Amino acid sequence: MLRFLIAVIRRDLKLAARRKGDWLTSQFFFVMVVSMFPLGIGPDPAMLSKVAGGVLWVAALLAALLSLSRLFADDHRDGSLEQMLLSPNPPVLLALGKALAHWLIYGIPLLLIAPVLGVQFALPGDAIGVLMLSLLVGTPVLSLLGSVGAALTLGLRGGGVLLTLLILPLYVPALIFGAGAVDATLAGVGAEANLSLLAAFMVMTLLVSPWVAAAALRVSIE
Amino acid sequence: MSDTAAVLSVHDLACARGERTLFTGMNFSLGQGQLLLVQGGNGRGKTSLLRLLTGLAHPLAGEIRWRGRALADGRELFHREMAYLGHLNGIKDELTPVENLRLAGDLEGMPMDQATAERALTDIGLARCLDLPCRVLSFGQRRRVALAGLVASGSLLWILDEPLTGLDVHGVAMVEGLLRDHVGAGGMVVMTTHQPLALDGLAVVPLLVGPALTRPEPGNQEEPACCAS
Amino acid sequence: MSSSIAWFKFAAPMTFYGLAGRLIPWFAWSAGLLAAIGVYIAFFVAPTDFQQGEAYRVIFIHVPAAWMSMFLYLVMAFWSAVGLAWNTRLSFMMSRALAPTGALFAFLSLWTGALWGKPMWGAWWVWDARLTSSLILFFLYVGIMALWSAIDDPRRGDKAGALLTLIGAINVPIIYFSVKWWNTLHQGASISLMKAPTMAATMVTGMLIMTFAAWFYAIAAAMIRVRGIILERERHTEWAAEILEGK
Repeated sequence: MLRFLIAVIRRDLKLAARRKGDWLTSQFFFVMVVSMFPLGIGPDPAMLSKVAGGVLWVAALLAALLSLSRLFADDHRDGSLEQMLLSPNPPVLLALGKALAHWLIYGIPLLLIAPVLGVQFALPGDAIGVLMLSLLVGTPVLSLLGSVGAALTLGLRGGGVLLTLLILPLYVPALIFGAGAVDATLAGVGAEANLSLLAAFMVMTLLVSPWVAAAALRVSIE
Repeated sequence: MSDTAAVLSVHDLACARGERTLFTGMNFSLGQGQLLLVQGGNGRGKTSLLRLLTGLAHPLAGEIRWRGRALADGRELFHREMAYLGHLNGIKDELTPVENLRLAGDLEGMPMDQATAERALTDIGLARCLDLPCRVLSFGQRRRVALAGLVASGSLLWILDEPLTGLDVHGVAMVEGLLRDHVGAGGMVVMTTHQPLALDGLAVVPLLVGPALTRPEPGNQEEPACCAS
Repeated sequence: MSSSIAWFKFAAPMTFYGLAGRLIPWFAWSAGLLAAIGVYIAFFVAPTDFQQGEAYRVIFIHVPAAWMSMFLYLVMAFWSAVGLAWNTRLSFMMSRALAPTGALFAFLSLWTGALWGKPMWGAWWVWDARLTSSLILFFLYVGIMALWSAIDDPRRGDKAGALLTLIGAINVPIIYFSVKWWNTLHQGASISLMKAPTMAATMVTGMLIMTFAAWFYAIAAAMIRVRGIILERERHTEWAAEILEGK
């Protein structure tokens, strides 16, 4: 069981290593979207630090959705998704493995770039730390819930936009708790409450979404 | 030479695609050392039948049994003993043939070492492409990679949907050889093909998919009203 | 045995088609009657609110609409769960038939919320916890309907929509909680429609009657829609073809 999970994750990491273009595109998307905001709302550091948490989190949601639309699509196109579903292992592990691999490939880099962008947005040091922490706890939610959407929209026309439409509302709690943690730090009230709620939400999605994603995969493949 | 005990059996199987009922009341069984040749024109449901047999799709009615157990109950055992090659090869273009084979082995839970993978690919005529990414291989060569994976999987039942597509004359002869070896060694095959295959001497069970099978038995009142077309 | 079950599944939409046809007028007329009584209470019986003036009367639509939008989502989730558990086609059809009405009520609650917000807060839109939750619920409805419309195969569409509805249903309480949490942090509007200090008994009565009107309307609308869906899905069967030709 665990061997299969690790095999799925290693497979996706290997494929991502062979396709660095896709990976870089998603990271640069994140950086560029965030960088557009100061140009739109002005360079005042006080205002920028106030919106930083929200802007970075919204950009992270969009960047995640952008890469998620291909989570299963490539494997579906070349038939390897079918082959993996036909392995004697439960599809839940496949869905979980794909989501975890997505998090490792796309989520972790986001939180590593985030401090640089935080500095651009005049965030103080402790807020940058909390921002990274909130992304560390929150980005798995994006990958897990997104995997459900990716499985549901597999092979549909306009799948990418549709995925955004389906999944963005479900991301609301992650956005609120994640950006809220940064805001709370700035306001000096401490981010523990927000981070704990975010962690609870993450654990819940971890328990629920692989099952739904696996069911959705079976429905979409049929 | 054929073992008559049915390993795979199908009972009153019905299949629909979209709103169209493709066939109903299909029954057959297959034992070790037998090859089921699925025949029928385009759009008659050959591919749909094969996908039902793999367990990827679910029948409208009826049941498929593997070793006497319904597919839904014994999925794990069935998928351990079954290998499927559909229209798509299921190989990753970014990886080399060897990597593809070893990856498939890992996912199946049967890790394969480098030498075994290389031997499987060499046997199938891909000795010169072992460390090229599959992206640069021709269509027929990629098909061969998939076939090598099929053989290497060591599965009892092969489900093959048009395995000859994209293969040259040598390739077709090679597939014939593979089928002979597999069935001769007690393996089972369910396949479709549009091309003629020399399978003489093998226990071939023909199965015609299409409206002939959908004719209701006399007096069967519960036959769902089928579309008139 | 298995054939009798198949027959049952086949017949269920057919019997329901007839049943729904007989029930629709009852629900439709009840909805109309209740709405008339409710509107009468809203405008002529209920007293003017001393704090909020006449503008508060929009709650007779706003509150039932908001309730119904949430309630219908739960009903959809129920039918989705039933459909996925027992693979009953009619359940999926019910879920599909309810979605547009649910979205309509969610939209109505947003609209009336805006109408009420203008005199109360001086702005058409305020990021109040309830309104924001309604907005996100509306987005969920839109997402589910968009997914249905993107999938051509009815069987896949049914199941995919049901899965999305269910994961949304699990998420809705969390979304609601998170939005309230967010709202208290950011000190949004503190006045709530339901917290009107003088909640007269007539107001509650009027609101309940309007809620029942909305409920019956939702049932009637869903049944009309489900009849359409049944006919469309079953158009290849004899009985549906007879109905279609008879018209």
